[in-house]
Formats: sequence, structure tokens, C-alpha cells
Amino acid sequence: MTDHYITLSLLLFTIGAVGVLVRRNAIVVFMCVELMLNATNLAFVTFARAHGNLDGQIAAFLVMVVAAAEVVVGLAIIVSIFRTRRSASVDDASLLKY
Amino acid sequence: MVTFWTLAPIMVLAALGVVLARKAVHSALLLAVVMISLAITYASQGAPFLFAVQIIVYTGAIMMLFLFVLMLVGVDASDSLVETIKGQRMMALVVGLTFGVLVVLVVGQGVVGVSVGLGEANANGNVYGLAALMFTKYVLAIEFTAALLITAAVGAMVLAHRERLVPRRSQREESARRLQEYAETGRHPGPLPTPGVYARHNAVDTPALLPDGSPSELSVSRVLRARGSVREGFEGDVGQTLRQLDPDDPTSTIGGSTPRRGGSGRTEES
Repeated sequence: MTDHYITLSLLLFTIGAVGVLVRRNAIVVFMCVELMLNATNLAFVTFARAHGNLDGQIAAFLVMVVAAAEVVVGLAIIVSIFRTRRSASVDDASLLKY
Repeated sequence: MVTFWTLAPIMVLAALGVVLARKAVHSALLLAVVMISLAITYASQGAPFLFAVQIIVYTGAIMMLFLFVLMLVGVDASDSLVETIKGQRMMALVVGLTFGVLVVLVVGQGVVGVSVGLGEANANGNVYGLAALMFTKYVLAIEFTAALLITAAVGAMVLAHRERLVPRRSQREESARRLQEYAETGRHPGPLPTPGVYARHNAVDTPALLPDGSPSELSVSRVLRARGSVREGFEGDVGQTLRQLDPDDPTSTIGGSTPRRGGSGRTEES
């Protein structure tokens, strides 16, 4: 059963990674990052059960806390970019290129 | 086993939907589906504490934050379909497929299907076991987490804060400016006209009628007009009614010939 859950977690991670590469709306890119984080959490929990200790669940809990902090800062950045550029597309914020 | 085979297809489909959905709100809702399914998976894998945290923190706090920002930024902020880098989507798909097949193969070879189970670790209850670890072995990590959370909160406040560059106008100055504008451009200084209310419709998407019978553009919300879901004025309405009464009456085409705008929402998404 362990490898079923790990395979599912990897599938979700891959889908999230493709989403980050493909999507242009910054908020959707962010959601795909969250999807990847959730997939790793599933792997952590599964491995915790496979090894019979709770260290994996602690790791998943820490990932959740870090994800919450990351979302807060990331969405604040998106909002401030949107306020100055009136767009949430990742392609529009390219001033540093020139 | 039943939990897995029920939830796994739902999760994979919803995750694909997150990537493929055109509108960001749909992506957010599908992501919530994935997260709740994951929470149930945690519960079935001996992690009731993470089940609760997943629901409260992820679906409760983070998804609401996402939806909140989506509403702030504008729900219609859909993706552009133009590729800025040529063949990027194709390449991303190839990379994703390669990565997925590779890791799944590695897992198929590397992970042993036998699992010890959490019966011993959860002997005193899952929360007790987690707390015992959290406040002994991982206490430093938890301390750093506290610092991270404080930093994130301060950072969000700094990023979202905006200094007022010009002094706030008083009501007196505002009314003087409105009358000045009226004198210069003829723009009415009072509030905008309210939407029209007829016997047939009483919604805000019905424009008010000017004295000559034409609809007033100012009386309906700018957002409704941009969406194209504003009803026609008096003429279209009367024409429609006349046509319903007598389809053969040639006079019923008066004013009814203009194509009806909207109704089905926007047609082009990109």
C-alpha cells in the first residue's frame, strides 16, 4: 500500500510542477506550488506510517507552517504587483530584464 | 484500501483540473477538493492531528486567502493563451512526463510495500506522540517556525502597506471640485442615476431611460457593461413583447432588431 500512496503523491507533485511551468496567472502558479507542497506532505505521512514513527508527521506539520507563511508573503507580493501594474500575469513583471 | 481507490482518482482529476481550468476561481475550488481529499487520506493513515490541521490551515485559511486575493485582483483575470516562449507548453509537458515516469519507476523499484504501521507510535494517542516529539527532539525547529511566522506577518504588513502621498480631500474641497468640473466639462455633480425599474425587470442590469426613451449608460454598473450582461432599454423590451403577442405584426420589429447583448456572459475568455 505504501508505494500506492507514494505513487499518488508523485503524480500530484508532477501535475503541480507542470502547472507551475505552464500557467501564467501568478495566483494559479501559486496554487500549483501549494499542490506540490501537499504532495510532499502525503509522502511524509505515508513514510511515517511505513517506518512506524511520527517523525514524518512532524515534518509534514512543519511543511504546513512554512506553506502558510509562504502563502501570506507571496500573496502580499502579488497584491502589491497588481496594484502597481494592474495585472497578475507573471509575464508582465519583467522590468528587471531590461 | 477503499479510501485510497476512492480518493486517488478524485485527487488526480482535481489536480489536473487545477492546471487545466481556464478561470482561476475554478482552479482554487478544485485545489480545495484535492486538499480535503488529502485530509481524509491523512485520517486513514493514522494522522488524525494532521487531518484536522490540513482542514483548518489549508482549506480554512490558505484557500480562503487565495479566494480573497482572487476577488481583490479580479475574478476575470484569466490566463492569456499566447506563448511568450515558443513551444514552452510542449516542453513543459515533455519535462513533466519524463519526470513523472522517472520518479514513479524509481519508487516502483525502491519502495518496499511492507509498512510497519503506527500502532506502537500512536499507542498514547496521535497528538500525545506528536507533542512528545515536537517539544523534545524538534523543539529548535518549532522555535525557528515561530520566528518565520513573525517574519511573514511583518513582511505581509510591510508589503501591503501604502503611504498616503497626497493629503486626504475634505468634503468641502470635494464638492468644490465637483462643481468646478461641472462648470468646465458639464459632468453632473450629483450621484449617478439609479438603474431603471420596469414591469418586466427590476434588476440592476436594467438601464434607466432618458427622456427620449434611450437607455442611460451611466445607470448600470461599469462591471456589468464590461461583462456585456446589460439588458436593452425600452425599445428592445417593447419590441420583444409585441413579437410575443403577435409574431406577424410588422411593427413589432421596431427597436427589436438590435441584437440582444449578453445573457450568456462573455464569449471570449482570453
